[in-house]
This record gives sequence, C-alpha cells and structure tokens, in this order.
Amino acid sequence: MQSVVFPNKILPYALVAPQIVLTVVFFFWPASQALYQSMMREDPFGLQSSFVGLANFSNILADENYLHALRVTVVFSLATALLSMGIALLLATAADTVVRGKGFYRTMMIIPYAVAPAVAGMLWLFMFNPAMGTFAYILRRNGIPWDPLLNGDQAMSLVVVAAAWKQISYNFLFFVAGLQAIPKSLLEAAAIDGARGARRFWTIVFPLLAPTTFFLLVINTVYAFFDTFGIIHSVTGGGPAKATETLVYKVYNDGFVNLNLGSSAAQSVVLMVIVIALTAFQFRFVERRVHYG
Amino acid sequence: MRSILTSAIAATTLLLMASSAVAATEIAWWHAMTGANNEVVDQLAKEFNESQSDYKVVPVFKGTYPETLNAGIAAFRAKQPPAIMQVFDAGSGVMMGAQGAIVPVADVLEKGGFKFDKSQYLPGIVAYYSKPDGTMLSFPYNSSSPILYYNKNIFEKAGLNADTPPKTWAEVFDAARKIKTSGAAPCGFTSTWLTWIQTENFAAWNNISYASNENGLGGTDVKLAFNAEPFVKHFQDIADLAKDGTFRYGGRTSEAKQLFTSGECAILTESSGGLGDIVKSGMKYGIGQLPYEDGPGRPQNTIPGGASLWVFAGKSDAEYKGVATFFNFLSQTKVQARLHQVSGYMPVTMAAYEETKKSGFYEKNPARETPLLQMMGKPPTENSKGVRLVNLPQVRDIMNEEFEAMLAGKQDAKAALDKAVERGNAAIQQAIGN
Repeated sequence: MQSVVFPNKILPYALVAPQIVLTVVFFFWPASQALYQSMMREDPFGLQSSFVGLANFSNILADENYLHALRVTVVFSLATALLSMGIALLLATAADTVVRGKGFYRTMMIIPYAVAPAVAGMLWLFMFNPAMGTFAYILRRNGIPWDPLLNGDQAMSLVVVAAAWKQISYNFLFFVAGLQAIPKSLLEAAAIDGARGARRFWTIVFPLLAPTTFFLLVINTVYAFFDTFGIIHSVTGGGPAKATETLVYKVYNDGFVNLNLGSSAAQSVVLMVIVIALTAFQFRFVERRVHYG
Repeated sequence: MRSILTSAIAATTLLLMASSAVAATEIAWWHAMTGANNEVVDQLAKEFNESQSDYKVVPVFKGTYPETLNAGIAAFRAKQPPAIMQVFDAGSGVMMGAQGAIVPVADVLEKGGFKFDKSQYLPGIVAYYSKPDGTMLSFPYNSSSPILYYNKNIFEKAGLNADTPPKTWAEVFDAARKIKTSGAAPCGFTSTWLTWIQTENFAAWNNISYASNENGLGGTDVKLAFNAEPFVKHFQDIADLAKDGTFRYGGRTSEAKQLFTSGECAILTESSGGLGDIVKSGMKYGIGQLPYEDGPGRPQNTIPGGASLWVFAGKSDAEYKGVATFFNFLSQTKVQARLHQVSGYMPVTMAAYEETKKSGFYEKNPARETPLLQMMGKPPTENSKGVRLVNLPQVRDIMNEEFEAMLAGKQDAKAALDKAVERGNAAIQQAIGN
C-alpha cells in the first residue's frame, strides 16, 4: 500500500482548520456555556449568579411537566415521521409512474421544503385558526367542534400536519431516488410471474427501499425533535395547557419566557445527550446500509 | 510628502468629528404596539424627530408584550439593550428586581435638565410604577383599564336594551345566554387576558385579595390567594358557559378582540387601549364599565394596566439627554390629551385629563371617561393598588395553562385555581431564590 503521509507539516492543519474553527465556535463553545449555565442559578438579567451543582438536573427530572414534555415529544415525533413518510412514499410511487412532465411534478413537490418553519406554521394557522381560518369555519359549520385553542388533541394534530407537510418534500426526494435504484429487471420478472401492482410493491419495492426508509425514519425523528420549534411557536405556542410543548419548546419557554436560565440550560444539556445518542445510532446502523452509488 | 499625508489625515479626522457632531443621536425604542396603536407610536416618533434635530427616536416593533420584555432582557445580557423599552404591567416586577440594569426615569429626566414633578401625574399610575420608597422607575406611556364593549346590533337582535350595558357579572352571563339561545350571535361573551382582567382586576374591582403582602406591593415573598371562593365561583360560571359555546376563548393575550370585531361574540371585556381597533372595524359598539360581583361597597377600583417605558443602564449621557427630551415631549399636555382621545389609553398627567374634560370631549363621548373613573373613583385599598410579582409573566402563563385545561372540560374551576396557586407559589419561591 502506498503511504499517505504529507511531506508538508503545516498544510494538513491549515486545511482542516476552517472545519475545526466552525466546530469550536458553533458547537464546543456554546455546549460548554450550556454545561456551565446548567450548574448555575442566575437572575434574568445576569446580574447575580450562584453555583448550585446538579440541582437544576434533579429539579427537571423530578418535574412532572418535564416528563409530560418528553411524552409529548415522542408522540409528536413519531406521528410526524410516520405521516410525512407515508404520504411521501405514496407520492413517490405515483410520480414514478408518471410518464410525461416528471420534472415538473418533482419540482412542484419540492417547494414546501423551501418554506421556513415559521412561515409553514403561519400558513396552517391561517387556514385553521378558529378566529379567522377558512377551514376552521367550514369544519365548525359541518358540526365539528373545531377549537385547537382549547382542545389539546386537535392542536397536536394541527402541528403534526404542519410539520409533516414541510418534510414531505425531503422524504419524497429520497424515496424517488430509492425507487430509481431498484432494478427494473426484478419488477419485470415479477410481472411476468403474474404479480400485480400491490404485490410487487410489498414483496419487492418495499423491502428494497428498507435502507432508505430506515434512514428517513432517523432523519425525520431528529427533524421532529429539533427543527420544529418555529412551527410550534407560530401555531400553538406549546398550548393549550402544554399539550404541544415538546422538549425543545420547553427549553425556550423556561429560558426565554420564564427566565429560568439554569433549568433551561440543564434541559438543553439533556437534549444534547439525546442528539449525540441519535447521531451515534445513525452512524452505527444507518450509514453502513445506505449505498451511495 | 509626509506633511501632505499628515494634513490629509488631520483633515479627514476633523471632517469625521464634524459629521458625528451633526448627526443626531439615535435612540432605539422597542415596543409591542400593533394595529392602530402602532400607528400612534410611529406618529409620535415622527413628530418628535421633526420638532428638533439633536436626537432621533427609532421605534422598533418587537412582538407581543411578553416577547418584547424577553427580547429586551436578552439584549441586555448581550450588552446591546435599546435605550427605551416598553414593558407591560406584569413585567414591572421583573424590571424592578433588576437594580443595576435600569435607570429610574426620575433620574433620567434630571440628567436631561428637566424637573420631575410627581404631582403632575395621575396618583394611581405613579404609585404603580414607583418603588416602595416613592422613586418613580418608569415612564407611564400607555395606561389602560379593562372595560366592557358590546355589539349594539346583536343586542337589538337578541331583544336586549342596546343603551344599557350589563353591570354585574350575573347580568353579563344572562345577556350572553340570551344572545346565544336567541341565535342573535354564535357566541355571547368573550374576554381578552383572562389573567389581567378576570383575575387581577376581578380581585381589585371586587376588593378581594389576589395575593398576600398587599398583592406583592409590600414585598417579594408572596403567597397567592386567587383560589378563594369568589374566584372559584366566577371561573366556574365561565367554564359552564364555555360548554355550549356561550363563552368563547380567544387566547392568552388580546386575540379575543378579533372574535368581537368579526361579530362572532357580542360582549367583550378588554383593555380600554383596544378601542382603536374596534373603532377601525366600523362596527356599532357600546362601552360599559368592567362588570363586578354584586355586593356591598362594590365596585372598588380597577388597577392600572397597559405599559410603561423603561430606560436601560449603561448608555451615554447624550442618549440619556435624548431620552429625557423625548419623555418631556411625551408628557406635554397636548400630546397626552391627543393620545388619550385617539387611542383609548388614559392620559397620564392631570393637566391632560383636565384639558380633555374642558374640551367637552367626555360630553360627546361619555363612555371614554369610563376607564379613568373606574381607576380613580375611590381611594385604593390594599387589594386594589396593583399586583406586583417578580415573575408575574410566568405566573400568568401557569394560570393560562390551567384555565385552558378547565375550559377544555378537563378540570373544574376549583381544581384549576388550586393547581395554579400551588404551581404559582412554587415558581415565586424559585424566582426569589428560596
């Protein structure tokens, strides 16, 4: 084997320096700040602070509301991931059979991904807000007591739909790519053997898409966990009665609304542990199975 | 050659110094005013900027009241606070706890060479924005008081007298039921700010205790008391009306105003400062005083709400001078009188009140004096001077969560208020560091 040692001693460091700087500035520095803050108790303006050890952690873990937020997060993430992946798969298989204007359909499908989360939230809020939403009006007119300002389940459905809608595009792209990677010869052979559309899908397409599906499941869960703050903030603000308060939203709420920065920092440290675990999981199981061709 | 360079540098430096002396000092003003009230803010800044050339007030909209407060605190921590920040009533306790982060408005005015005469301002408002020792901390920009608005067309349709608004809560609830059952409107009654109106002002107006220690004005270690019998009855009545939609919930701050202006709900309790948007909607509305519980000696008086302007510490002398000049501009009688007459907020100086009276404005618009009469009609008791908690915004959020669960039918009023008091007390203890 050829040796891959650079003769230059400085160049390799210079080449990785930008990446190292970015990681230090955007990850290690804020993370260390969070760790430090999580062991302090401070007044809102940062005028006085005192060291409290792990008290902030024991407080949040004993807090019934924190466990509630954890349950809300799990329900929200799973529902969002399953809904957006289900619809994306349906659309991807449909788009796969389109003969003319494929490019047009695909481009149209990708548009929601370019919408900022807060804007996506506002779009859905305008449609379903009980005070001014057109769809809310139609629902109520048809005898459905639509009131997401008070009904927690309805509020949850609304944020799930908004969050899922935004993520469909991303999933769609990956499913389309996955579908194209399935050898046509397999499908043709099955067709000659007499397998109909549904059977071909479940016995050939779906299993062969499994790596993509698994990858998307992890990505979507991470998305629902961490990237949906804007949607929740604009649609429900975590309400009613904490029904849509996810872990990330609680970090914001306790830190920036209730101005309890120690508790907020402790919660973000817990979240950091979760992110690290999810990333490790993704590397261990997902990266090995996805084939980049 | 060297000498040319030196003189060039000297000339440039002089030029720069000269231009910075000419440029007006910018004064950032963060506020939370929307709709008609936002236009007033912009108009005032414009008039002030045109009236002199040394300072330029730049108003910046920062979201709802709680969002503005949080933005200001975050900016202070990042060492880039605005000179002036509008803070709502509930945030006053938060700001007062921040000695060192703010400069009392009395000091700012003196720095600017103006005399600060407390007696010029309405006493109830001055007391609310002062420290227990009497130092006035913030400038009362928009003071309001909750009142009752009703839709005259719907009242007529439902066979109610459109010229006499309901006076007591029992009358409001009866009227709301009548409106709903007669089909005159899909919803009888709604309210903005269940916390400020139905709890804090409900307590003051009916002269019952909201919290220990003079509702927090006497000290920071406070025990909440709003789970007493009258509150439970009041909220149970609202919860019962919510079951069939006679009462509709709009949201935690002023969202319910929309339910009223859209004609969906016939009666609204909302800040007197909400008037601008209601006038703008072009509807036929009437105004009544805030309803009270029938009982001897009632109603007492309402507490000031709205917001005041706080000045952050760590600014240059030029900026403080500018702020003082601006506050002096704002307290001019003609500005205050106009502010009151176009916006529904109360005038904060006695002179502006007298001026408005003299002009015959109240004879033409008798309802517009309602918020002032409500607040100043009687000398306040220890239940009705105001509510001040170091973390009132947080306590209000806790209450809102329990109210939402109650209105969704998950718990009754007693459970909601008991839980809100218990959680609120725990949050207060944590905030004061016990």
